[in-house]
Amino acid sequence: MKRSDVAVVSEGAHERAGNGLPRPDETSSDHGDPLSRDDRANLLRFMVMMRAAEERALTLYRQGKVPGSFYDGCGQEAISVGAAYTLAPEDRMCILHRDLGAHFVRGVTPDRYLANYMGRQGGVTAGKEGNMHFGDRQLGCVGMVSMLPDMALVAAGMALAFKSRGEPRVAMTFFGEGSTANGQWHEAMNLAAVHSLPVVYVLENNQFAYSTPNNLEFALDPVAHAGAYGFPGVTVDGNDVESVFEAARVAVDRARAGDGPTLIECQTMRMHGHGAHDDMSYVPPEMFEEWAARDPIERYRERLVSTRGFSADEVEELIEEVRNYVEECAAKALDSPMPDPELARDGVYADEWEALGDGSAPWSRWAAGEKGNANGASERRAA
Amino acid sequence: MSATVEAPTGAREVTYLEAISDGLREEMRRDESVICIGEDIGAFGGAFKVTDGFIEEFGAERVIDAPLAENAIIGSAVGAAVEGLRPVCEMQFADFISCGFDQLVNVAAKLHYRQGVSVPMVVRLPSGGGFSGGPFHSQNPEAWFLQVPGLKVVAPATAEDAKGLLVSAIRDPNPVCYLEHKGLYRHVKGPVPEGDHAVPIGEARIAREGEEMSVIAYGSSVHLALEAADALGEDIEVLDLRSLAPLDTEAILRSARKTGKVLVAHEATRSCGVGAEVAAIVTEDAFDHLDAPVRRLTTPDVPIPFSPPLEQAVLPQLDDMKEACRELLAY
Repeated sequence: MKRSDVAVVSEGAHERAGNGLPRPDETSSDHGDPLSRDDRANLLRFMVMMRAAEERALTLYRQGKVPGSFYDGCGQEAISVGAAYTLAPEDRMCILHRDLGAHFVRGVTPDRYLANYMGRQGGVTAGKEGNMHFGDRQLGCVGMVSMLPDMALVAAGMALAFKSRGEPRVAMTFFGEGSTANGQWHEAMNLAAVHSLPVVYVLENNQFAYSTPNNLEFALDPVAHAGAYGFPGVTVDGNDVESVFEAARVAVDRARAGDGPTLIECQTMRMHGHGAHDDMSYVPPEMFEEWAARDPIERYRERLVSTRGFSADEVEELIEEVRNYVEECAAKALDSPMPDPELARDGVYADEWEALGDGSAPWSRWAAGEKGNANGASERRAA
Repeated sequence: MSATVEAPTGAREVTYLEAISDGLREEMRRDESVICIGEDIGAFGGAFKVTDGFIEEFGAERVIDAPLAENAIIGSAVGAAVEGLRPVCEMQFADFISCGFDQLVNVAAKLHYRQGVSVPMVVRLPSGGGFSGGPFHSQNPEAWFLQVPGLKVVAPATAEDAKGLLVSAIRDPNPVCYLEHKGLYRHVKGPVPEGDHAVPIGEARIAREGEEMSVIAYGSSVHLALEAADALGEDIEVLDLRSLAPLDTEAILRSARKTGKVLVAHEATRSCGVGAEVAAIVTEDAFDHLDAPVRRLTTPDVPIPFSPPLEQAVLPQLDDMKEACRELLAY
């Protein structure tokens, strides 16, 4: 792997934080290549699926088929895909609004995402919730709320349960850099550190909190807080899916081994508005140009061909397949009926507690012998 | 043998505070998924000593001293509950739930409706005034929660209910706000069934049978009503709501229809409080049975002042209760 592929964008963060912790490329060097050829195809597949599904949803929005508003994660696909790809089935996630790729990695299909946007019965929440405020509990996800970064504490709580039962399981959640200005973010970092919780925090620094640029959000690179709280913080190129994967892999292994939390800052750029209503007039045009040249999908596609032994045709075919699949999913979503108004009052209270289900875990590691660790957790839970 | 299959073995005279402590301890013995999390609840045993001795019996993994961060307490409890623990959060004072409110009302309360995710957790809320706690250690915040579908809210008045409602709250698959009135901690004592004792959430209790008028109350106001009824020697019914969400609408209407005169009493402030809701229920569905307007005895809409004469001037006192009953009886 070329040094530039695992770019530590702000190497100084650790020095400023003074935690003396190794950079991700140093911690991972003792492993062989953790990604198989199929894994690499999957990483591209999920990123393309996210972009295609969001483009399709935006079209539906413009056609007036999406009530409310529309939010996407264009330009940030590498982060949710790369990070979620590291997780074992019984790990848990709180997925946020720029992270559709993580839902797909864990097993949500695009038709259920599109139906959710349209408020249809076939959506993940069957119309109870809109846009990206969903999580499929059957796939190990607790979906986000609008208040940010509330899920950082919920993920800490899930990790607390794993730790208290001695289960080698991990909770992962995402948030934007805007969230680091909020008190709950600091409560979460502190709690995770004090109790050395098996939680992985993925910070997406997409340069703007709605319209507010980094320099008005904080005076300190947010990743530096990790060292101050007492656990590792790393910064990676968030537009490089393998860099994100690698940092998350190290963090997840660390959490699973009982060594506590990690904060991963992914440097990226939100290439669309905060929502579809946002014209992004506050972004300097050269910034778009700069980041467009680093598009995570284009970069990975080129890399698969130039250094990973994929043929251009094969990659083309994979992309075409995914796009066709998303189109089929859109048709299915459009066929889904609107929910019965009678159901609006249902489900305020639970009749009984039900366990979350496990998510999909497509990483070849979980199918190739290293699942013992993961299965052990399920057995302990069942016992 | 699990305590769940044990029949109550008898009753023991304990304080309201001991009953809370006993209920919590017995549930922790019965079910190892029950944990406590809060500030100073470990070695110190809690500001009011509800968890005194717990860390010795259950260990620091299950009796978690939290950093001073209420959203962290509530938010991590949500995650732990989703993953199969039964967290009982202690707010050191009910007032501090304001610092954890976001996690409670936006995350915990709505997860089941939004995503079908059950959140079995309890938030213990030491509430109420009368001891110069001032504006931040005396509040009765129950009405805040009543505008939040998805939360259950209980407020026991007796030692027996303090244990029984806590047990039910812990076993409930939803977030439950459990208001424990600090003024009752050591002043109220009563027989409490030993062993497994659960009081169903959502059922009011007739604390005193009567025909002439109804005082519909909960928490500390139940005791004020009972004292006033005895002092006046009148045939007054006292209905102890016990559960504020869900409200026992049937019991409210039954009592109102029987007596035709209703006084709603609570220590919480007046506007849009439980009293307003009960008055609305009675006027909507028992109007034809009423012989008098529904009246309320509450704290006026002011913060709770510190100095004793000021505090006593705003919190409902026994004389206020007697006067309110007399007025309604004379109507």
